[in-house]
Amino acid sequence: MDPIKEAMLHRSHSAKLERRGHLISLACISLIVVVVLAIFFFVASRGLATFFTNKINLFTFLTKSTWAPAVKDAHGIPQVGALPMIVGSFGVTFLSAVVATPFAVGAAIFMTEISPNLGKKILQPVIELLVGIPSVVYGFIGLSVIVPVIRTVFGGTGFGILAGTFVLFVMILPTVTSMTVDALKAVPRHYREASLALGGTRWQTISRVVLRAAMPGILTGIVFGMARAFGEALAVQMVIGNAALLPKDLISPASTLTSVLTSGIGNTVMGSLENNALWSLALLLLLMSLAFNLLIRWIGKKGEMK
Amino acid sequence: MKKLLGIFFAALSMVTLAACGAQDSSGESITAVGSSALQPLVEAAAEQYQSDHLGVFINVQGGGSGTGLSQIQQGAVEIGNSDLFAEEKPGIKAKSLVDHRVAVVGITPIVHRGVGVKNLTVTQLRQLFTGEITNWKQVGGKDLPVVVVNRAQGSGTRATFEKWVMNGRQPLAAQEQDSTGMVRSIVASTPGAISYVAFSYVDKTVATLSLAGVAPTEKNVTTNAWPIWSYEHMYTKGQPTGLTHKFLTYMQSEQTQQRLVAKMGYIPMTAMQVARDAQGNVVRK
Amino acid sequence: MSAKAIDKMMTGVLYLIAGIIVLLLAGLLGYILVQGLPHVSWHFLTSPAKSFEAGGGIGIQLFNSFYLLLLSMVISVPLALGAGIYLAEYAKKNWLTDVVRTAIEILSSLPSVVVGLFGFLVFVLQFKFGFSILSGALALTMFNLPLLTRNVEDSLRQVGFTQREAGLALGLSRWETVVHVVIPEALPGILTGMILGAGRVFGEAAALIYTAGQSAPALNFADWNPLHIASPLNPFRPAETLAVHIWKINSEGIQPDAAAVSAGASAVLILAVLAFNLLARWGGNRLYKRMTAG
Repeated sequence: MDPIKEAMLHRSHSAKLERRGHLISLACISLIVVVVLAIFFFVASRGLATFFTNKINLFTFLTKSTWAPAVKDAHGIPQVGALPMIVGSFGVTFLSAVVATPFAVGAAIFMTEISPNLGKKILQPVIELLVGIPSVVYGFIGLSVIVPVIRTVFGGTGFGILAGTFVLFVMILPTVTSMTVDALKAVPRHYREASLALGGTRWQTISRVVLRAAMPGILTGIVFGMARAFGEALAVQMVIGNAALLPKDLISPASTLTSVLTSGIGNTVMGSLENNALWSLALLLLLMSLAFNLLIRWIGKKGEMK
Repeated sequence: MKKLLGIFFAALSMVTLAACGAQDSSGESITAVGSSALQPLVEAAAEQYQSDHLGVFINVQGGGSGTGLSQIQQGAVEIGNSDLFAEEKPGIKAKSLVDHRVAVVGITPIVHRGVGVKNLTVTQLRQLFTGEITNWKQVGGKDLPVVVVNRAQGSGTRATFEKWVMNGRQPLAAQEQDSTGMVRSIVASTPGAISYVAFSYVDKTVATLSLAGVAPTEKNVTTNAWPIWSYEHMYTKGQPTGLTHKFLTYMQSEQTQQRLVAKMGYIPMTAMQVARDAQGNVVRK
Repeated sequence: MSAKAIDKMMTGVLYLIAGIIVLLLAGLLGYILVQGLPHVSWHFLTSPAKSFEAGGGIGIQLFNSFYLLLLSMVISVPLALGAGIYLAEYAKKNWLTDVVRTAIEILSSLPSVVVGLFGFLVFVLQFKFGFSILSGALALTMFNLPLLTRNVEDSLRQVGFTQREAGLALGLSRWETVVHVVIPEALPGILTGMILGAGRVFGEAAALIYTAGQSAPALNFADWNPLHIASPLNPFRPAETLAVHIWKINSEGIQPDAAAVSAGASAVLILAVLAFNLLARWGGNRLYKRMTAG
């Protein structure tokens, strides 16, 4: 047969490879999706049991401020009010994002605009090392350094949202910084050149052109950092005091969803109300991270360059 | 890329091979899960037992009394460690479990060294934890606000403390920590702090309190003069057999009790002059 | 103030911020090392831990940490590469892809204790892997995959489209273009992501407490057959890592020298992460030079 015809009729080696590659990568992504769905299903089935099996009112769960699932109130209903933890979680998350943002954006500008050389040689490794310090160690430094300092400066016991904020600030700094760096790097070079050509100084170029163009990316980085802060457990648990109380101020003991979840989960029996209530907290965390993600997506859509 | 994939599949097949192989050459192995307060003792005993009996593996894991009881109830592990009687834990069907008591743990209130109080009545102690007493000068100490540090809800130590001190009252919502080490370091570093730990965790950094003149000593626990104590339980599902049986016998043997248990700061079962049941009834032996 | 003066001032402020961050890390590192290094000795690094006496080391934990890291990277890197390639090169831009991406990102913000408990119920109990390195590695994979995947996807996307066009114009298929042109170009970015991921794995404790376990049985370092239970390579033995060990002795340890062991172990952990970063960076640069024409 005509060799050309034969080659046309059979699938080429490249096409076979292409098919195989496509399938392999599709298999990988499918596996990940299956895992995510499994976790979601698992957490949801346990977390929802509080409301369906144990008949706890969802509204009570979100607005009451007494957390003692093992104890029944005057009406014989277990006290599962998650409000103190919700307030605590949002408190530390927003405050740490507020503190971390100027540092992260500053460091990112330094690395991309001011001194890329120093940035690459010193700041980048520094930031990667910050990620590598285990949260247990952050927690102990917080306990032995930050808490006593807060106690001497502001009074009280030193445990509370303020201490949690400081620890989380250092922990989310790398995330926000590296994502801001990516956003700044993605700003096309000709934007900067145009601004400089118009006689703008470096700072004018940065503040009025580069930052503005990179804003959606920076916001995404901040929200990402907040998502990390929201889910962090061990370190925060050690410094926030872990008391299921509505925080009066920044230096009174408070708690977060993760700190209560982590400290309680080993002490409860699978399937009991105490256990289900903790899984409801986990479900709340999942939903919150879903909300954070939708926010990121929304910011991304808004900021798309048209 | 191909090389990477090759390495990946080689590693994968190695793991699979090992999976099949491990079942053959594993010898006998059992797993004990649960109470973190009991974990160090069981670990040490398992270490000794393994060095005497080759080819035997005893895995000891923490995770909390709740985990221990729910896993043994499901039959997922051979031994479930717990600080509490299975009857005391909601959600556990105690009938199907067999209790093996291996040690006794005394629990004592600890305070920051600067509070200026050495002795309290049980009522005063209770009022400290309910929030009725808010300053140490109300019980004859220094003018310092009281900082209560509680244990995590559902923890064995907290359940024991509340059973014998709180008399059905609820403690005020306060700091909660789930590990003894954290509680001790917070009490050691926070002026006016009070909490409670097992005897073996007391060290120079914190001070203990006597209750109505009775000091928290092992001797007072053995006679029940100091009432805040609990058994350490190792539960099995049904009567233990094989290695589980042998190991539990070893744990309860005179030799282990006298040497290891006492050396590690627990109170041996053999030293107890009283016995207590799940309802808290005390009988002299 | 003139624009020039503001420019000067802001440059100063940015230098200050960069300086503060470097100082912060220097302070953290210094604190950990000053507290810990005095306790680190050859004996400490090589001897097994003691459960209630003083003088225990961290030899087995150190080995476990590295082995667990290796195993979880072996599982998660190919998966993340595949998934990242799919998302960057093949996925169509529609709602389904959006859902998939959101799902992956949600997984990344899950508290690790939840991942750990999921791993406990699924790998340890359901699949009967027991408390083992394999269970731990799988749990860590779940915890690491989202970040790695995202990182691979981002790195691939940053490779200019002209590079792909060049590959396609040479008659390569899309897959061949990705493997031979795009990935080598994106390698430094992918590598940075892996180093960050490895650092997180190395320091993770909460996800491992319920999966890899908290006991470190004695190992026979003369036996490298992965089928033997006392062999260091056996993936089916329980393995306490360094981070878990630090957590454990701080929470329930009754060793008289618990504080010293904890400080020493933290210092070793930090040094290990540091060494790992440097090594990966050096190896990555060499690989990049070999795979590209640079």
